[in-house]
Amino acid sequence: MSLTTDDVKKVASLARLAMTDAEIQAAHAQMSSIFGLIEEMQAVNTDGIEPMAHAQDLAQRLREDVVSETSQRELFQSVAPQVERGLYLVPQVIE
Amino acid sequence: MINSSLKQLSGQLAAKKISSVELTQFYLDRINKLNPELNAYITLNAETSLGQARAADARLAQGKGEALTGIPFAQKDIFCAKGWRTTCGSKMLETFVSPYDAHVISQFNNAGAVNLGKTNMDEFAMGSSNETSYFGKVKNPWNLKAVPGGSSGGTAAAVAARLCAAATGTDTGGSIRQPAALCGISGLKPTYGVVSRYGMIAFASSLDQAGPMARSAEDLALMLNVMAGFDERDSTSLQRDKEDYSRSLEQPLQGLRIGLPREFFGEGLSADVGKAVAAAIDEYKKLGATIVDISLPNSRLSIPVYYVLAPAEASSNLSRFDGVRYGHRAAEYGDLAQMYEKSRSEGFGEEVKRRIMIGTYVLSHGYYDAYYLKAQKIRRLIAQDFVEAYKHCDVIMGPTSPTTAFNLGEKGDDPVQMYLSDIYTIAVNLAGLPGMSIPCGFGANGMPVGLQIVGNYFDEARMLNVAHQYQLATDHHVRAPQGI
Repeated sequence: MSLTTDDVKKVASLARLAMTDAEIQAAHAQMSSIFGLIEEMQAVNTDGIEPMAHAQDLAQRLREDVVSETSQRELFQSVAPQVERGLYLVPQVIE
Repeated sequence: MINSSLKQLSGQLAAKKISSVELTQFYLDRINKLNPELNAYITLNAETSLGQARAADARLAQGKGEALTGIPFAQKDIFCAKGWRTTCGSKMLETFVSPYDAHVISQFNNAGAVNLGKTNMDEFAMGSSNETSYFGKVKNPWNLKAVPGGSSGGTAAAVAARLCAAATGTDTGGSIRQPAALCGISGLKPTYGVVSRYGMIAFASSLDQAGPMARSAEDLALMLNVMAGFDERDSTSLQRDKEDYSRSLEQPLQGLRIGLPREFFGEGLSADVGKAVAAAIDEYKKLGATIVDISLPNSRLSIPVYYVLAPAEASSNLSRFDGVRYGHRAAEYGDLAQMYEKSRSEGFGEEVKRRIMIGTYVLSHGYYDAYYLKAQKIRRLIAQDFVEAYKHCDVIMGPTSPTTAFNLGEKGDDPVQMYLSDIYTIAVNLAGLPGMSIPCGFGANGMPVGLQIVGNYFDEARMLNVAHQYQLATDHHVRAPQGI
């Protein structure tokens, strides 16, 4: 597999990262070298091997559907860049 | 006093030979003197620390002190601590003051411990040298031109320079053990799920685990007693009976079977590190251990597997930093997409962006099976190697890091070279096993060498016993850097 600069541009856009052409070039070189390392995996026979997502075999715990938290809206919004009347403000999305 | 164990400090506090306020002020003075050079701490808050110390003194006066009451600890800046600036080493969180406590922080608070400050780290714990921190490089107290290791490099430097009694770290691919090795201290990464991840800023959730970093195995055991335990707020926290991790420290090692993986002693291991580790193994033989030759044939694949899985999880975890609810927001932007892109590009450093990009790519349409799924399958092969090995031995030993501390800037431009410094530690995270590093001598350049001890699942007490017996017989762990 060889990574193109167009791939890098697309990935940057998917990851919501603004990058200049120079940054794309640099990222392309470094990512190519990292994928060179990663390619080593392809030679391994993994037929019939169950993927391992986690170190422990855990089932998701369930709990009663009861209120367990108190409202701390003001405290949590005190660290937000922009709030008004309890709402987070962002640029207008819908005209 | 700076070389007292936690047990000794606790005894002095209980006997009123010293107060927690005096002890805290003593460390704050040391920090003010030495930290400008070392840069081990990002945030200090003397008033808050001294307030905790006064409360601890009141508690001790009532005779209600516990093992860690009144002792000053440093906390890695990855743990949210209420009222404390919590940056994770990133510009993204430069002004973030946490509105809540991580589980680890509340455990220390409930024990009556004092929080001395937040230690420096690689940005979002992504790095092996502490050079990716937005708040500047940390220097290794043993040689100011060398790196302290990473990502818990601020903690390792603070403990080595006696700028705290002990401190916390986190380990996703070696971030407790590698800096512990490079700074000549002891550090333990518990079995995945033993310490709650609640309030610990996430990097790669299936690998992240918090643990103690200190000057001895005995100190680690006392800290782990406080840090470990079930917490319902972390969905992967394990429901297990409470245990005393110091219960078997004094047991003799007669009959202990130590597995030495061939793969950890081959090409890439520098001669001086190999020599110090071999000497440590000889010491264990004198203590009654027998040596077993074992093989972890898939461990060489742990770096490629890790650099698929960890960035994939990171790209998902770090998508929460969007400039809306907390963290950096760009000053100028047009529409919503531009606000996201500018905020993230300004807030994240190079290494973090690189890993987000790799993660986004391997999870993207058409590549998922070839990378992510393939890596998860090999992860199982790596874990199975350990299961097989533990049929023949009780603990596994080897070097923690292939070299002693390298110089600042030495690996700066080549991420792949940097990644290779975690070659012996990553497999342990992938398998979810407990691992630790203890000092076992010095390399050709006079820098500390770490011995890695890997245990079977939930075998922390056994590993601490194995480390403690070695520390009773040797003095590598009590050495301090010059001028400290």
